[in-house]
Amino acid sequence: MKIEEQPTTVIAVAHLIGKVEQFRKGGYRLVQMNATKVGDEFEINYSFEKDYLFENLRLIISVDTEVPSISGMYWGAFVYENEMHDLFGIAVKGMNIDFNGNFIRTKVRYPFRNPTFQGEGPCQRK
Amino acid sequence: MSKKIVVPFGPQHPVLPEPIHLDLVLEDETVVDVVPSIGYIHRGLETLVAKREFTEYVYIAERTCGICSFIHGMTYCQGVEQIMDLEVPARAHYLRTIWSEYSRLHSHLLWLGLFADAMGFENLFMNSWRLREFVLDVLEETTGGRVIQGSCKVGGVRRDISNEKLSAMAADLKGFETELVDLSEVFLHDDSLKSRLVGVGTLSRTDAYDLGAAGPAARGSGVAIDLRKTGYAAYRELRFEPATESAGDCYARCAVRIRELFSSIDLIRQAVEKIPEGEIEVKVKGTPDGEYFSRSEQPRGELVHYLKGNGTKHLVRSRIRTPTLTNVPPLVKMLQGCELADVPVIVLSIDPCIGCMER
Repeated sequence: MKIEEQPTTVIAVAHLIGKVEQFRKGGYRLVQMNATKVGDEFEINYSFEKDYLFENLRLIISVDTEVPSISGMYWGAFVYENEMHDLFGIAVKGMNIDFNGNFIRTKVRYPFRNPTFQGEGPCQRK
Repeated sequence: MSKKIVVPFGPQHPVLPEPIHLDLVLEDETVVDVVPSIGYIHRGLETLVAKREFTEYVYIAERTCGICSFIHGMTYCQGVEQIMDLEVPARAHYLRTIWSEYSRLHSHLLWLGLFADAMGFENLFMNSWRLREFVLDVLEETTGGRVIQGSCKVGGVRRDISNEKLSAMAADLKGFETELVDLSEVFLHDDSLKSRLVGVGTLSRTDAYDLGAAGPAARGSGVAIDLRKTGYAAYRELRFEPATESAGDCYARCAVRIRELFSSIDLIRQAVEKIPEGEIEVKVKGTPDGEYFSRSEQPRGELVHYLKGNGTKHLVRSRIRTPTLTNVPPLVKMLQGCELADVPVIVLSIDPCIGCMER
């Protein structure tokens, strides 16, 4: 049994601010933002919720595409945007608090940008 | 207007068991702005999803946090089960609910102790943790683990609890509840505690909602968001209402957690009464192909495990959004305008779990 429906709308970068503004005006709260490396592209999910209705916006961008910050509409978005920058190297323009790569201190720069897994590991030997 | 100075708070501080850094901008003794920094112990657990099969990754998910490990494991398993359309047996759902509520009791009592300790109330700290031992003993007896339970798996749970043991657990809650009443009397009515908590670190309802506050940090400001209301595990068959307070200060967040302790006891009793007989797991066939945002209510608030599979035995992505991360922006708001001496108590009032946040 599905716990809840989770509709996802794929949008272009140019429409991001307008769509997010619609959610904000509609009284939705920002639940989370995350990035996933899929092939040569990034998927960025923006999750919103109102009255337990959970909805997502999704950007599919090339690795060098700059995305606009939504921290002007959702002030708390800076934690997710700095995290995406520090772990994936995604350029986010216009963050209200920009840590310039020092929000999450990692030994390797942008560690999630190029996953290096080549099939090694204990599970492969089974 | 006096000169502004910046006082660093953390990453090592007596009230912080884990590192977080705040740059406090002060005018005299008043905090006028705060810049948070995290990332001192980022572990990169999420990348291990590429090196462990989806059935094995539950061990990693559980180790995200040493306090609410069971709920992390359950939320991960729930996400995989949703992607794979697995019908988990009802008894497993109830057992997950019971262990989740014991985890909440343990977490809130741990927090109450730390909170009392931060205010210099050592006796209250020890009494809170003495009561917490009762909960840890139950977790150990029923799962084998005090800290990492390891009882959840994709498709169900690894261990059953006999009906006799469940009845005994419910009966033992009576004495525990009596002691909890005494403890909560002190937290809610002691003058010295109230003087440290009432009107301190206030977060308005609008700010809590707009800044994405989660858990008691949100409910203490009157935002009645509780993910258990989405009906995951066995919650859809149990009666409860989210505990809320309206003042939005440290006292309100403390009061919410105390009310949730009693709510958890009630939920355990309901679950013991209603738990059906039957299997505790289903056989898992195939591999996950799809994605799901698995959400649950941790003791600290809303937890999200985003899982994405591509039909292989390794997931493409596991993303864990913990409540402490989303409570950082509200914390900044709570601290603005407070006195420097109140900063430790306000920081603790969101029950920060840095290990969770730095997964």
